[in-house]
Amino acid sequence: MESAAVPQELPPDCGVHELFGYVGIEAVLEQMKVKTMKMGFEFNIMVVGQSGLGKSTMVNTLFKSKVSRKASQPGQEERIPKTVQLQSVTHVIEEKGVKMKLTVTDTPGFGDQINNENCWDPIIKYINEQYERYLREEILITRKRKIPDSRVHGCVYFIPPTGHWLRPLDLEFMRRLSKIVNVVPVIAKADTLTLEEREEFKQRIQRDLKAHAISVYPQEDFDEDPDDRLLNDRIREKIPFAVVGADQEHQVNGKRVLGRKTKWGIIEVENPAHCEFPMLRDLLIRSHLQDLKDITHNVHYESYRVRRLNESNRPAPSSNNGLPGRDEDGDESNL
Amino acid sequence: MLFGFVLEKGSMHRQDLQCYVQICVVGCTWEVFGVWREKCISHENDTNCIFFLAFQGEGCRTVPLSGHVGFDSLPDQLVNKSVNHGFCFNILCVGETGLGKSTLMDTLFNTKFEGDPASHSQPGVQLKSSTYDLQESNVNLKLTIVSTVGFGDQINKEDSYKPIVEFIDAQFEAYLQEELKIKRVLHNYHDTRIHACLYFIAPTGHSLKSLDLVTMKKLDSKVNIIPIIAKSDAISKSELTKFKIKITSELVSNGVQIYQFPTDDESVAEINGTMNAHLPFAVIGSTEEMKIGNKMMKARQYPWGTVQVENEAHCDFVKLREMLIRVNMEDLREQTHTRHYELYRRCKLEEMGFKDTDPDSKPFSLQETYEAKRNEFLGELQKKEEAMRQMFVQRVKEKEAELKEAEKELHEKFDRLKKLHQDEKKKLEDKKKSLDDEVNAFKQRKTAAELLQSQAQQAGGSQTLKRDKERKN
Repeated sequence: MESAAVPQELPPDCGVHELFGYVGIEAVLEQMKVKTMKMGFEFNIMVVGQSGLGKSTMVNTLFKSKVSRKASQPGQEERIPKTVQLQSVTHVIEEKGVKMKLTVTDTPGFGDQINNENCWDPIIKYINEQYERYLREEILITRKRKIPDSRVHGCVYFIPPTGHWLRPLDLEFMRRLSKIVNVVPVIAKADTLTLEEREEFKQRIQRDLKAHAISVYPQEDFDEDPDDRLLNDRIREKIPFAVVGADQEHQVNGKRVLGRKTKWGIIEVENPAHCEFPMLRDLLIRSHLQDLKDITHNVHYESYRVRRLNESNRPAPSSNNGLPGRDEDGDESNL
Repeated sequence: MLFGFVLEKGSMHRQDLQCYVQICVVGCTWEVFGVWREKCISHENDTNCIFFLAFQGEGCRTVPLSGHVGFDSLPDQLVNKSVNHGFCFNILCVGETGLGKSTLMDTLFNTKFEGDPASHSQPGVQLKSSTYDLQESNVNLKLTIVSTVGFGDQINKEDSYKPIVEFIDAQFEAYLQEELKIKRVLHNYHDTRIHACLYFIAPTGHSLKSLDLVTMKKLDSKVNIIPIIAKSDAISKSELTKFKIKITSELVSNGVQIYQFPTDDESVAEINGTMNAHLPFAVIGSTEEMKIGNKMMKARQYPWGTVQVENEAHCDFVKLREMLIRVNMEDLREQTHTRHYELYRRCKLEEMGFKDTDPDSKPFSLQETYEAKRNEFLGELQKKEEAMRQMFVQRVKEKEAELKEAEKELHEKFDRLKKLHQDEKKKLEDKKKSLDDEVNAFKQRKTAAELLQSQAQQAGGSQTLKRDKERKN
């Protein structure tokens, strides 16, 4: 019995076909939605910045719950750690049937020392460790059905509101990290800047970023189609967002709003005229959350994987300072 | 993950605390007292101070939201991304020639796919696959239909299942290769793995053919099999129920695992459960539309009546369409990826010699095994190259010897011929010499003879004269 020919290449594409009637293919969208809702979502966010910039407050405001514990509570002494430590807290939040496992990684001690050289190393090490963990799970012979994803999907970097330009620490950090993770820079405590100062500061920051070839989220290279590009261009014009965080509610015009109360007025966090917090929230959660995850998975994780598989057998990656380019001449396949 | 509990001074006795802690750890949903993130030490023996307890837990705290955050749009974001990306779905139709596979596909997807009916004289089983781009509202579906050509037509059908299994494995292999590459593009990869296999059973009314059983047994661990009874308008209703029962019992007794529609999700559990009981579906395919009542419907017309395709009392086509497309398409794809593909991957990797790392072994042994394998492979290649080189040298030597032999022979022949030629020449010369001698001898005799003759003539002449004289006298 002669063996028959088995097609090895892709089958010939016969073009777009017309459907004469309703088939029901679009029901697959609903099926997918149900499945993903049942499985739940995971989101890991990291906040980086000097102490006192309002990172924890920002996270609490973003997720409207006490996910982060503030470093300074009234009546407690502030302790600045000697080295950068990373603390991760995981919570499960649920909204309208959608369950999300949210992990917030805080970085107390970043940029707080007198000599801040290499203070980004623990952070880079942590991010690479998460990639490593995922890679290990992925190359197992017997894999889990759903690999637990602890990779950092977005890193929010808090820029102190000096109003001048980016400091060398900011530039160094963003340059190194934007290569391995999605970096979203924000201007913290923006209520100290007037609107004109804000604009100028933003322009200067954008110029600086461009001059140093730092690509922050949303990166230009990953725009998929013209609609995306249009949307993202609008966002890119506003980067970095000037945000104010608040977790206390006050009465304004008969409504209760989140805001900061000062002697000269109440700064409403959710008012687009006062600060750009709503834009940040929309970007991070309402519209681009899935995109953040996808870029982490398809781009950053893949480049980590390429780097890792090209290395000769070295033990766990520790001295990886996040700069690729060590071995770019990997071969296509090992088999 | 570390969680600690803080309790007020003296509020609990130690035993109570332990119970409380146990409940919380086991239950994994926590009655929150207060959560602190520091690493703590335990002061078990002090009952009058603040207790800090640290332990690892799998469960996370559920935090209540105090306002609308907005991540409930997450499933929509995901779905939008998938829509932009497009879906792909691959169906394999296995069945004997003439059972109506192409027609059923046309009917299912409400379109006309290209293709001519296959002939019955194929020498072996071949798989023909074609890809179509279908679009409905905003969903783009890349549908690939693979059909077996020549299945069941041969006289000896022992190896009929092999091309099918090889094809399915080839698709898995292609995906595995892509996944194992260093620079890979998985999210843009055209997935050709078979998501559903429709097995067409001939409507004999008795039982499954042995070819069917063998083929299904070989396929059940590689692909989701949905058996269907083709051309079921040839079977009457009572025969159909008996037929279905017979088929299911035969499948069960032979241990064939067909695809069961999932019943774990409440929204579809009920409908899937009832459909599971109707397997295998008895279907009829038709693309011709007839006017029935006052509507145009797909049907087959016979002298004794018209069989309507979409009438649930006539056949199970609607059920098949519901299950295959409208309810379980995503589940079929997921099962293919998480169950069948993982099984294939595991077997293939184990076959190649990879194993998972032991608990305390090197951190990245897959890399090492790659290297080791690669070195081994290179070594083998080198050995092969050496062997080939040796063989080549050997061959050259042999050929050279042969040529030398031939040359020698040629020389010998030449010498022989030369000698022969010389002999001949000598003989010739001898003969010539002897001939010359003879000629000389002859000449001599001739001259001698002439001389004698002339002498004799003279003497005779003189004698005649003498005689004449005597007479006269």
